[in-house]
Amino acid sequence: MRVAVLAGGRSLERGVSLRSGARVEDALRSLGHDVISVDPGADLVQRLKSERPDVAFIALHGPGGEDGTVQELLEIVGIPYTGPGVTACMRCMDKVTAKQEIRAAGLPTPDWVAFNATAFRELGAADTLDEIEQRLGFPLVVKPARQGSSLGVEFAPSRAEVPEALVAAFSYDDRVLLERYVRGRELAVGILDGAPLPIVEAIPKQEDFFNFEARYEIGRTDYVCPAELSAPDTATVHEAARSTWDALGCAGFARVDVMLGGADGTAETRGPQVLEVNAIPGLTDTSLFPQAAEAAGLAFEELCERIVELAGERSRTAALQG
Amino acid sequence: MRGDRPAATPDRHRRAHTSARDLERYAGLFARRTGVMRSSAMRDLMAITARPEVISLAGGLPDTSTFPPESFAAQMTRIAQESSAQALQYGPTEGFERTKECLREVMAAEGMNPDPEDIIVTTGGQQAIDLVCKTLLDPGDPVICEGPTYPGAVPVFCSYEADTHQVEMDEEGMRIDQLEAVLDRLEGDGRKPKFVYTVPSFQNPAGVSLSAERRRRLVEIARQREVLVVEDNPYGLLRFEGEELPPLYQLDGGDYVIYVGTFSKILSPGIRLGWCVAPPPVMEKVVLGKQAADLCTSTLTQYFVAEYFAEGRWRDYVDALVGIYRSRRDAMLDALDRYFPEQAQWTRPTGGLFVWATLPDYIDTGDLLAKALRDDVAFVPGAAAYVDGRGSSSMRLNFSGSDESEIREGVRRIGHVVGEQVALYETITGETPLPAASSASRPGAAGSEEGRGSGGDVLPLRRREDDR
Repeated sequence: MRVAVLAGGRSLERGVSLRSGARVEDALRSLGHDVISVDPGADLVQRLKSERPDVAFIALHGPGGEDGTVQELLEIVGIPYTGPGVTACMRCMDKVTAKQEIRAAGLPTPDWVAFNATAFRELGAADTLDEIEQRLGFPLVVKPARQGSSLGVEFAPSRAEVPEALVAAFSYDDRVLLERYVRGRELAVGILDGAPLPIVEAIPKQEDFFNFEARYEIGRTDYVCPAELSAPDTATVHEAARSTWDALGCAGFARVDVMLGGADGTAETRGPQVLEVNAIPGLTDTSLFPQAAEAAGLAFEELCERIVELAGERSRTAALQG
Repeated sequence: MRGDRPAATPDRHRRAHTSARDLERYAGLFARRTGVMRSSAMRDLMAITARPEVISLAGGLPDTSTFPPESFAAQMTRIAQESSAQALQYGPTEGFERTKECLREVMAAEGMNPDPEDIIVTTGGQQAIDLVCKTLLDPGDPVICEGPTYPGAVPVFCSYEADTHQVEMDEEGMRIDQLEAVLDRLEGDGRKPKFVYTVPSFQNPAGVSLSAERRRRLVEIARQREVLVVEDNPYGLLRFEGEELPPLYQLDGGDYVIYVGTFSKILSPGIRLGWCVAPPPVMEKVVLGKQAADLCTSTLTQYFVAEYFAEGRWRDYVDALVGIYRSRRDAMLDALDRYFPEQAQWTRPTGGLFVWATLPDYIDTGDLLAKALRDDVAFVPGAAAYVDGRGSSSMRLNFSGSDESEIREGVRRIGHVVGEQVALYETITGETPLPAASSASRPGAAGSEEGRGSGGDVLPLRRREDDR
């Protein structure tokens, strides 16, 4: 098959994307596919039109590649593509939209409030900080709405740290959310074609506990897969992740990040709390999704092959329905 | 037979993928010192600064486009015609005598006259720093340097697991009183630094120079306390104005000062030629270290430098660079006056390649870089110049690698994102924080050097720990 691997792009996660893409290309070539590397830029549509691949493997991360933009273009030029569709990508990329959908589906997600920069600049949003404190308490986590790889995610232990955390988060996006912090076990659930893979647990080193960037560093965070969870815990986490996948309308593959709150927590923080969904999870040597697939007995080549097959199936289904 | 060679396939250059188990296996093999390397997120951000549409004030690049290609071609042709076999051969580990003559000319231009026996030619000044560390440092050994220090020295100190202490600077360079305090503190614990690393002239990244008085004091302290000083002097000849300051090596005569020089900023960084001058016992070990590292410095580029210096016009080229960089420095300071908000402060270098700007504490320049990149402009976040997480509200701006209009536009864009974050913070907190710099130092209108008035009083390097 002729596969265009889309990697690179203009987002801040360009580096991760290039590493994901390189690994996917190797796997697809070893499977005998005719692989074309595409670094999306101004000539993207022209290249797709002239190369006419059978399928596009999207290994892009962050705004532009993971938010439905590239997916929309691929729909228009009629090329099947891997991963979730346009709407699911849009929902997943924006953490606020995703949390709204998750909550609407009756699934647990830590309580939050969201603002855009205009709310502060023009509408006096700062005057709501008392109410926010009452509702969410401290500590809380401040996140840019549309940014991956934990860039701009800040931990605010008390009121004093909130302004600085907001300024940092607003460096990455014009919309940010303040989220109640849930203490618990950090879990990632890879889902392939609707079926949850073994759970990965990220265990940060003590000194890096509040350094969210360290979550992506080998040696600063330990990963355990499958996570050492009781059977009932595994089942409820899988169920929460699976329902989240449905609620957001995902397809192909995706990764759901879940915080498993301790039994000693309040009703609002106990059990699995869905944090976010990565529509196009990292596929690098150190990424969680391939680790989970491997734990399920799926080598990286098989994983890539399956993802490509799913893209074809979805587009055929869409054609039949259309 | 030629036909037997396998055809190159496109994927041949990449190894097969690594599995999770491989990763664990490698992770178990990594030396402890690899644990201190910088976050990959920040490395990725810095990689984006290389996009062609980005105005990058992040580099430390000299402008090599001003070197005449005809001259380059003529010299390389002469080498090929007259010394092809030798130029393609290994050379002595210490470097060629001819190269040493050239670098002694460079040092003589700043009043130094080292013994050729004390010199080793290295693969850039960077290797000289590495070899000095390799020679002197055991894990945990104390090293003292400026805060901020040369960002390229940080990974070297870290990879030798040095216990690095950074001494604050002001407009006269390293604070000698603080240096003494650190020395006393170490002495109290029965310890002594292996060396004090300093870039005394037009420091990278701060852009300031150690004053004549402090230079004398530093050399005195080194003698009294028998502490080595490593003087890294890549920019000494790139002086735009002001009095010449004596290198520490000249003041000390080479007893306690190890000198590191380079051709990178006066000729070309691509030729990777630097050097180190050290007392004979130290040099002996440095030579052994060099042998282990790469046997010898590139013979070809040593021949090139010898040919180039034989023309006798190297000073003219340095003078030309100084003229170009002076105008670019002026453009940058003018743009900073015009476009940076009053809460920012910055140094006013009289030479070198860099301006160091400091923003209010609540702005993290790592995050700010992400925002700036959306506007296609880049700088080096200040944390890169510290080993301990300080410097996160500062940035290094380079003026040698971009032309004046790019500098103006780049600074305008950075000023815009800084202004947005300052305004945002003020609306969130409902307060107008006191400007970090004295607002009196700002000219009423954007303008000339003179219009800036008391700009020289701005001391951006002093951290306000007590305010935090």
